[in-house]
Amino acid sequence: MVELVLMSSLFLLILSILLTLYRVIKGPSMPDRVQALDAIGINLLAGVAIFAVLLRTSAFLEIILLIGILSFIGTVAFARFIERGVVIERKPVD
Amino acid sequence: MKKPNDIILHAVTKVAVPIILAFSFHLFFSGHHNPGGGFIGGLAIASALTLLFLAFDIETVRANIGVDFKVVAAIGVLLAVLTGVGSFFFDASFLSHTFDYFNLPIFGKTELATAVLFDVGVALAVIGTSVTTILSISEDR
Repeated sequence: MVELVLMSSLFLLILSILLTLYRVIKGPSMPDRVQALDAIGINLLAGVAIFAVLLRTSAFLEIILLIGILSFIGTVAFARFIERGVVIERKPVD
Repeated sequence: MKKPNDIILHAVTKVAVPIILAFSFHLFFSGHHNPGGGFIGGLAIASALTLLFLAFDIETVRANIGVDFKVVAAIGVLLAVLTGVGSFFFDASFLSHTFDYFNLPIFGKTELATAVLFDVGVALAVIGTSVTTILSISEDR
């Protein structure tokens, strides 16, 4: 029973990743694509968590943290680039 | 034009960077028997430094950290090579390592391996190389 629930939620996660992939490719504006990439990262993280439950192991928990950190930093960098045109700033000019 | 206000990013960064650094130290020390090691620990530390560079500007971080990352990479490679050479003094082949169990005060019975010294070198080399690459890519002028 639990396995069925886990497998079906994994299937739904894959489906939502595919749907967000459509938004990444098609997305009318740049912020849409960035948000879709962030959502893909979160879906991937949830998929890894479900795999960890399914395989009854705790070896994947560090991967969850690492994907979270990298997705956060990537989103921040993209937002920086969209808002200001540069990723890493120089000294602010007054 | 209004000056962009990034107080939320600064506040989140001040909380998140110590967490990322603690996690990367955990990754670094969990090598050998668990996923982790010098390379991935160095990459996690480099990602924490990248977050600092993103939230604040280059001059602020350079004034506060104050190390040249090219020198860090060079020191790391030198340390890794020297730990390889150090096995010659014990009549062993290049890069061979050893380990033993010690009774430490707090940790109890702990395995200490000389491969950690090599891993420190690898981590420093990875930090220096990746941060230097990111900074030189971002300098587009």
